[in-house]
Amino acid sequence: MDNLLSVFSYSFMVNALIAGALISVCAALLGVILVLKRYSMIGDGLSHVGFGAMSIAAALGLSPLSIAIPVVTISALLLMRISINSKIKGDAAIGLISTGALAFGIIIVSVAGVNTDLNSYLFGSILSLSDTDMALSVVLCAVVVLMYIVLYNKIFAITFDESFASASGIKTGIYNSVIAVLSAVTIVLGMRMMGALLISALIIFPALTAMRVFKTFKTVSVFSVIIALVCFFAGMMISFWLSTPAGATVVAVNIIVFIVFSIIGFIKTR
Amino acid sequence: MSLLKCENVTLGYEGKEIVSNISFELNKGDYLCIVGENGSGKSTLMKGILGLIKPYNGKIEIQSGGVGYLPQQTILQKDFPVSVNEVILSGCLVKHRFNPFYTAGDRKAADEAAKKLELYDLKKKCYQELSGGQQQRVLLARALCAAGELLILDEPAAGLDPIITNELYDIIDNLNKNDDITVIMVSHDIKAAIKYASHIMHIGVSSCFFGTKEQYLTTESGKSFLGGDTNG
Repeated sequence: MDNLLSVFSYSFMVNALIAGALISVCAALLGVILVLKRYSMIGDGLSHVGFGAMSIAAALGLSPLSIAIPVVTISALLLMRISINSKIKGDAAIGLISTGALAFGIIIVSVAGVNTDLNSYLFGSILSLSDTDMALSVVLCAVVVLMYIVLYNKIFAITFDESFASASGIKTGIYNSVIAVLSAVTIVLGMRMMGALLISALIIFPALTAMRVFKTFKTVSVFSVIIALVCFFAGMMISFWLSTPAGATVVAVNIIVFIVFSIIGFIKTR
Repeated sequence: MSLLKCENVTLGYEGKEIVSNISFELNKGDYLCIVGENGSGKSTLMKGILGLIKPYNGKIEIQSGGVGYLPQQTILQKDFPVSVNEVILSGCLVKHRFNPFYTAGDRKAADEAAKKLELYDLKKKCYQELSGGQQQRVLLARALCAAGELLILDEPAAGLDPIITNELYDIIDNLNKNDDITVIMVSHDIKAAIKYASHIMHIGVSSCFFGTKEQYLTTESGKSFLGGDTNG
């Protein structure tokens, strides 16, 4: 028990737990929308853009968020637009942008000799969370949760059937843009802890896991948040005890829970 | 009084005209089938009526409290986690300006639509577990929640087997005759169009016909249909 509570005696750990939990909630809620709209890979693409932006910020000696948030937000809006216009083109465009940004970032980091460890950008580090991250996470989480609750019915209508929603007078373009911007901020805040290569797992896994067992939009939304939180805390504890990398451990727990839910779902439908 | 009035309407995408100079009028209780070849502009005209695209020319006037739209199903809906009730209720959003939540009235309207289409017992069921015909009925119920007096259906029978297709056509026919709901249906199925519709619009590459079913049967394309052989 002492061992369990000792986690909280480290202030960086408390920071990471609070900010990480809030970001997990945002990622899970936005993930439900993105996964169902077949936009899962946008999250992956954006995190790579975030990596590129952060390496530029580090090379210029600026604060990483001041560059990454605007750059990733603009990319999110662009990617969303491309995906709406044409499916195949969108798919390829994401691959293009994400690998391009990654390559660019790696070159900058190695040429400029940035003293931040490349590893911590790619695979995340719980030590990197500042008080600003904390504050931003609280604001972001409040915005996302509030938006999800207040606009829940409209979000459902747009996710399920965009043509019907726009025929009903819902301004789908605005909602899609809002979702893109919130996803961008979630990814930038989350990638410092989870790593550029792993952050999209927080978006994709909880929604997919919940969908194995739950079959209504409401239950999927609620349980993807619960799953995200359970996986996050379990992953952080395990990483603390076994000294494994935090981001990767959270993803590993997500995989295990996904497998368990898949089996439950399989048994239920038989 | 006319429910829908199109005057010299020209529609298209990105500066390209697809249908030009269409004029017609529908009264309450009419049943219009829009037929024509692929790419002739059926869907474009429908989107214009729905207000999803703005006409380059002319004007479209609708005197209805709301339009019930039944779009074609998309692939991503097939495995969407959602209950029948959640889908039907979302039709009520059209009446919401500021209140983001459903009201008791909405729930009642959704229940009534579900009962009308024999979906009430399936209310709690998951959409993805329904058959194709049942799914289409759910989407029709959602359209009913949104509809004042006008239903716009985009190829409602696409992908359904013949028996289910006939059932669906009978349901739509019932709504038209018994509930006095005006129906506009975009369809490939000229046979069904002639059986059920009161008015027919045939959009061709060069010409466009609008009139009652009886008038249509005297035209070239109508005659070719009566002759038995048609590639419509």
